[in-house]
Amino acid sequence: MDDASNGKPKTELLDQLEEGPWPSFVKEIKAASQGSEKATDLLRQLERSYEERKGHWKHGGMVGVLGYGGGVIGRYSDLPEEFPQVAHFHTMRVNHPAGWFYTSDALRTICDIWERHGSGMTNMHGSTGDIILLGTTTDQLEPTFQELAQNGFDLGGSGSAVRTPNCCVGMARCEWACFDTMKLCYDVTQAYQDELHRPAFAYKFKFKFAGCPNDCVASIARADLSVIGTWKDDIQVDDAEVANYAAAGVDIQKEVCDLCPTKTMGWDGKKLSIDNRECVHCMHCINVLPKALRPGKERGAVVLIGAKAPIMQGALLSSVLIPFVPAEELLDTLKELVKRIWDFWDEYGTNRERVGELIQRVGMPAFLDGIGLEPVPEMVAAPRDNPYIFFETKNGGAK
Amino acid sequence: MTTAPKTPRITDIGPPHYQKFLPPLVKKNYGQWKYHEILAPGVLCHVAESGDRLYTVRAATPRLMAVQTLRKFADLADKYCGGHLRFTSRNNIEFLLEDRNNIEPLKCDLAELGFPVGGTGNSLSNIVHTQGWVHCHSAATDASGIVKSVMDALYDRFTHQDLPAKLRIAMACCLNMCGAVHCSDIAILGIHTVPPKIQHATLPKVCEVPTLIASCPTGAIRPATYEGKPSVELIEEQCMFCGNCYTVCPAMPLNDPEHDGLSIWVGGKVSNARSAPKFSKLAVPFLPNHPPRWPEVVDAVVKIVDVYAKNARKYERVGEWIERVGWPRFFQLTGFEFTRYHIDDFKHAGLTYARSAQIKY
Repeated sequence: MDDASNGKPKTELLDQLEEGPWPSFVKEIKAASQGSEKATDLLRQLERSYEERKGHWKHGGMVGVLGYGGGVIGRYSDLPEEFPQVAHFHTMRVNHPAGWFYTSDALRTICDIWERHGSGMTNMHGSTGDIILLGTTTDQLEPTFQELAQNGFDLGGSGSAVRTPNCCVGMARCEWACFDTMKLCYDVTQAYQDELHRPAFAYKFKFKFAGCPNDCVASIARADLSVIGTWKDDIQVDDAEVANYAAAGVDIQKEVCDLCPTKTMGWDGKKLSIDNRECVHCMHCINVLPKALRPGKERGAVVLIGAKAPIMQGALLSSVLIPFVPAEELLDTLKELVKRIWDFWDEYGTNRERVGELIQRVGMPAFLDGIGLEPVPEMVAAPRDNPYIFFETKNGGAK
Repeated sequence: MTTAPKTPRITDIGPPHYQKFLPPLVKKNYGQWKYHEILAPGVLCHVAESGDRLYTVRAATPRLMAVQTLRKFADLADKYCGGHLRFTSRNNIEFLLEDRNNIEPLKCDLAELGFPVGGTGNSLSNIVHTQGWVHCHSAATDASGIVKSVMDALYDRFTHQDLPAKLRIAMACCLNMCGAVHCSDIAILGIHTVPPKIQHATLPKVCEVPTLIASCPTGAIRPATYEGKPSVELIEEQCMFCGNCYTVCPAMPLNDPEHDGLSIWVGGKVSNARSAPKFSKLAVPFLPNHPPRWPEVVDAVVKIVDVYAKNARKYERVGEWIERVGWPRFFQLTGFEFTRYHIDDFKHAGLTYARSAQIKY
């Protein structure tokens, strides 16, 4: 129902979300609707959803650009007569620049393209990291894509493909980055353009690169292949700065030593001592005393495998696959590893089975055999506590 | 006859190289940062080995943004940052300044535009969330509306740094969990609670029956014939409303205005600091879906944050605090009812049972 007096849609429920101090997405849709009838119908359909407590988007739909099998999410309204401007309202995923840095010109270019071809609504950014352009019609997909491409942007991943790799800000603005996350993310993205644009897998495959164990991109929770920066040698300590923190009121014993998970630090009131052999590289002490403590100099990353959200057999966190890869060897190691993982997954994975679920099904030992990796104790929290061991039988049992 | 396209098509170029977009000071000190300080909530200072200082002002965005707003951000970047800006993994925007004197004017401009500065240190950062009714077919609820309502109530937790540790809230509209909600301090999760309604008439036309059967994690879907045509039947007691069947088959819708709702989960984290990363655990199994402001959800989240802020020790994340005081105390302090739904009965359920006689009285 539109308000006859001013021609604007009547949105009594959504209007209530313009109030309050937090930035309002309703104001955003209304701003876009100044220049886009699509945004106006989006607002009207959303008001209907709020009234009925029910979504009004139909299930999927195969649409895309020439030669790609992904990067576009088909979306259709289930009330196309009432809201014709969102009858077709597809999403385009645009691969973001690593670290989400932009120039104002680049940002304006994206805005201009999207205003010409779509609703003018965006997400900065989607959960996987892409620039999300919300809402256009099928005929506009290819022209939008080509205009983006002429300006240096490409689509991101969707479906059973490599999803847009993602990383933390890393060396661009963080002293804790133990490898160059943005470079590795960029290089990996470029290396797998075909796998990203043309879905050929059993299901999705995500890479996330975190520069240190604080894991600001949630790689351990969300990536099939999680790469988390760490170091091997001693934490770098600036004694004078530790003393400055203490003088400024930081209780070094209570806030640092007592919270160390392996209790490997000592404080005598003057000097902080660390038995680095027992350090698990958790980052707590460095987080609390950033001016005084820094990761060591022998840097690289832990490579972990298998994280995912619940669908379908339950959520998984990634687990250790390679305890340490030196920073300079990461790209080559990952390429070789990924080749072997994808071969095994192609061979044994069932439809819509993520790598983590495949490992759960066949067992980590079989997976390690399959990709040719030796078992090491860093891979487990503890050895098995059941005696149901699948000894190899082909040679007549264990000897 | 084929017509050659006017301009050659461009494909597979990948994302633009990030170096094109880095501010000069970042380029100069790339990989050479020494330490950082938090000057005020939302304001960071990174110091390089060279002695250069880079100031960051972080502000919240609503994630769902019009191009008009992005242009305003671009204008601010031109005015204060030589035309450079970046976004964070939690939908914040960051302006990177060379001149410290620009911090306050920029903060004033952001305040005028309605974008709060904060989200650093021991504060609540922006909520990571999903599309909801704005753009998704499987959403049990809306995300943007709940996030807006929760953050209106927790605004001061974003603009102040007076929590025991950092606090991360995430919101997903269904069990697909397009945000990392399963490892968040507090997770708000849209849920379905009634089984899919099988649309026998359309099912054979739009779905592959074997794929549909294989999609069910509990084996609740079986082949059946309906009016002489292939379809499926559902063992309803085995359904836990994950929606995976709907993902592969549109003829299995399970949206239901009366019975869709929200659940609240607590105690997850992704950081390795102190304790290992962990999953969020169930705090409240069901709250009603009450747009436009979801008061029950807002109250529950605010309750958890208040109880946590009052009871946790410095640097304890929500999950670390609960592990120290114990789950019985968490339920006692929050007043949430502990029900049979809190006890896991899916795979490996026994791992979450109390397997010791260590009990607090």
